[in-house]
Amino acid sequence: MNQTLTNPNIAIDRSLGDFSYPMDYAYDAGVGLTEATVDYIANVKNDPDWVRAFRKDGYKKFLDKPMPTHWASKDLENIIFEKIRYYLAQSQQAKRTWDEVPEDIKRTFERLGIPEQERKFLAGVEAQFDSEAAYSNIKSAVGDQGVIFVGSTEGLHKHPEIFRKWFGKVIPSGDNKFSALNSAVFSGGSFIYVPPGVKVKHPLQAYFRINAESFGQFERTLIIADEGSEITYMEGCTAPKFETATLHSAVVELVALKGAKIQYITVQNWSPNVFNLVTKRGLAHEEAEVKWIDCNIGSRLTMKYPGVVMKGRKARGEVISIALAGDGQHQDTGAKMVHAADETTSNIVSKSISLGTGRATYRGLVHMPKHLKGCKNNTECDALLINSKSRTDTYPAITVRGQGNSCQHEASVSQISEEQIFYMQQRGLSEAAAMSLAVNGFVNDLVQQFPMEYSVELKRLIDLEMEGSVG
Amino acid sequence: MSVLEALEQSNKVAEPESAWPTWFSEIQKLAAEDFEATPAPTRRDEPWRFSNLKAIDLTGFVPAGPVSSEGRIINASQSLPAFAAKMVFGNNALLVQETPALPEGVLFKPLEVAAREHESMFREFFMAQPVELGSHKYAALHRANLQTGAFLYVPANVEVALPIEIFHWVEGENASIYPHTLIICGENSKVTVIDSFRSADKKRAFACGVNDLHLSPGAKLNYIAIQEWSDETLAFHINSTLVNKNSECTALAANFGGQFIRGESLSRMIGEGSRSEMLSLNPLDGKRQIDQRTLQDHAAPSASSDLLYLNALDDETRSIFAGLIKVEIGAHGTDAYQKVRNLMLSDTAEANSMPGLEILADGVRCTHGATAGEINEEELFYLEARGISKTSGRRLIVNGFFQTLLQRFKDEALREHLSKMVAAKLGLPF
Repeated sequence: MNQTLTNPNIAIDRSLGDFSYPMDYAYDAGVGLTEATVDYIANVKNDPDWVRAFRKDGYKKFLDKPMPTHWASKDLENIIFEKIRYYLAQSQQAKRTWDEVPEDIKRTFERLGIPEQERKFLAGVEAQFDSEAAYSNIKSAVGDQGVIFVGSTEGLHKHPEIFRKWFGKVIPSGDNKFSALNSAVFSGGSFIYVPPGVKVKHPLQAYFRINAESFGQFERTLIIADEGSEITYMEGCTAPKFETATLHSAVVELVALKGAKIQYITVQNWSPNVFNLVTKRGLAHEEAEVKWIDCNIGSRLTMKYPGVVMKGRKARGEVISIALAGDGQHQDTGAKMVHAADETTSNIVSKSISLGTGRATYRGLVHMPKHLKGCKNNTECDALLINSKSRTDTYPAITVRGQGNSCQHEASVSQISEEQIFYMQQRGLSEAAAMSLAVNGFVNDLVQQFPMEYSVELKRLIDLEMEGSVG
Repeated sequence: MSVLEALEQSNKVAEPESAWPTWFSEIQKLAAEDFEATPAPTRRDEPWRFSNLKAIDLTGFVPAGPVSSEGRIINASQSLPAFAAKMVFGNNALLVQETPALPEGVLFKPLEVAAREHESMFREFFMAQPVELGSHKYAALHRANLQTGAFLYVPANVEVALPIEIFHWVEGENASIYPHTLIICGENSKVTVIDSFRSADKKRAFACGVNDLHLSPGAKLNYIAIQEWSDETLAFHINSTLVNKNSECTALAANFGGQFIRGESLSRMIGEGSRSEMLSLNPLDGKRQIDQRTLQDHAAPSASSDLLYLNALDDETRSIFAGLIKVEIGAHGTDAYQKVRNLMLSDTAEANSMPGLEILADGVRCTHGATAGEINEEELFYLEARGISKTSGRRLIVNGFFQTLLQRFKDEALREHLSKMVAAKLGLPF
């Protein structure tokens, strides 16, 4: 275990991800988005007719929907859809063994430690390079239990009976402009099905990598946990620093059937030129539990509000969120909790740190429609401001109908107390070290909910970000 | 005929002695154009999120004519046993003014008189704050149709011991009124003002009111707005409060009536050590809807603000609260608090809360909280065990809920008066 802890290959240090290789792509949809682009992707991927129709419908909705700038950041206007490349791939088939992966892609992932991690403890891993999965493997022990872990394309071709039933049902194409865009041009992402009663001991992991400049990554993930099953999924992401803006717009749908548990962990460390506009939502049936653990450190602008629709009695939703907004970054994150059945409970804990000119925003929605009994929500948002130019905002919206439910929201904004810093300096720590320690202390209770490897790296990353931020 | 055209006609027949200075008619003309040019709110406007846009349809409202029951209105304009001065307005006209205990130098006049006699002060403070919380259009309507209102100026170092009372009445089917209160507190002055809003009948009416509170350094102001419109009334209450260095304002909006009430309240802390307390108590019953938007704008360092809004929602009522604490660049050492509590008393009531924070400075302490919950069954059981019926027990608990806010008032006569009104509203003996 100790060895895993100190394994530098799992590092999510930004400098590790800041490299790219020139690639020859076998499939390239070119620059800009038209109906022909959508057709190109459908042709290349050999989509069944219903998927093609789904894409066309998404494209139409994308055009119809306005940018949500009446409430969201005006920075969205800097996304130039005509200049983005929507599909780039080397191959249509993900490689099953590491040796089959082309040398240059292999180099990328080896630098990021992907196969290393798999050997260590993962039950399965999938690595996406630009539009398509470059490598996908699942441990035979897990595969034998009937767990399906494949790319979304393979999922819709080989398991249409499960895939089609839930695809686009948790997040309809028209949910927002970016989910519509994803519906039009999606490629890559994971499809996971866990059979009834199967408890996957180790986490499944996906790794997303943007390699090309001005590229848009639009992966689509669908996870279905059948009755009484349990699954943990982790995703990580990096991209090199390019001069031009890059767009990442994923859609992630989770379905937890009766009594199932899904835990979805994200550590987002995109480079600071990436617009990260992601729609994530889970559907929790009776006594099921969906938990999002979300950590946002990278990107230029992130807008992400993982949600849970609690559809069955006693369902539970949870969002644990950490956001670190450094110089020039805007982390606009939060949570959505829709209580649609009696005795459903939800919990949101969000902690954000703004440093330099960074801006952290919490945006939340809690909805309890009428005629429900015994629903409970608890929301806590804490923000830490490091510098005088840092900014933090909180915008929750809470609707409660009828009696018999309870809802509480609390938020606070604070600084690191000078006394704390003084105390630590007195004991020989430098001001920067004392600051790091205080920030780590602020997020400590949440960091502990992350798997060990991630929590260790998160602490390291916070130390790194804090360097030079004092004074 | 639109509300505006109709009102323009009624302006023409206004009494000559209440005439405004000629420069004011230019202001009103521009405001009328502003009203016409400003689009009505839509569902996509963030300041109108969760609101009921159907409720703010102005169709059918007509200008209010002179009141027919003047004597009854004047007799009914009573609240506290002792007061320093009183003005009673009915349907956009001053009915009576009394000044039994007004200290020397205090100016308490109808607005149009103040505009003539104290032009520079009027121009400096009259609707000087931009209306940023969504009702720009309705503030323009108010400005365009304003006929009279109360103007209060308390000179520096003057303390008005007894409260000043203002009553605004509306009478008649679909009558429209534009109540206005402008308060300017000089340095280190101190005053309490009770502004009452009442209907003379149970008819549908439209009230579009503005009150602006300006506190010079070191001033202290208690401003109590007691709203008792008829159950059919649509009302806008647009407030701005400006607090200078070391001044303190406590403003309460108690809403007992109305069909749809839109309240907008802005407190701007522009001096070090200033403080604004923003309070609201809303016992909602029937089909009442209350839509409140607030902004605590910290523009100066080391100021504090404290907001507490309490809603008790019975029957088919609905509440919307959207509040923002904004700490501007350089407002270090800010201490801001915001809390909204919704007590749900019925299965068909709905509460929407949007408590917000925008912090652009450091060294601040800002917290907000929003809760929605029901009556604690154990408390009810405790009362039942002592022979108090469930209905009475519920009323007592709701009363206790509001008492937590009323405890903040140190003036005993005022606290007792407000407690009595809450008890009466809840059907409790006092």
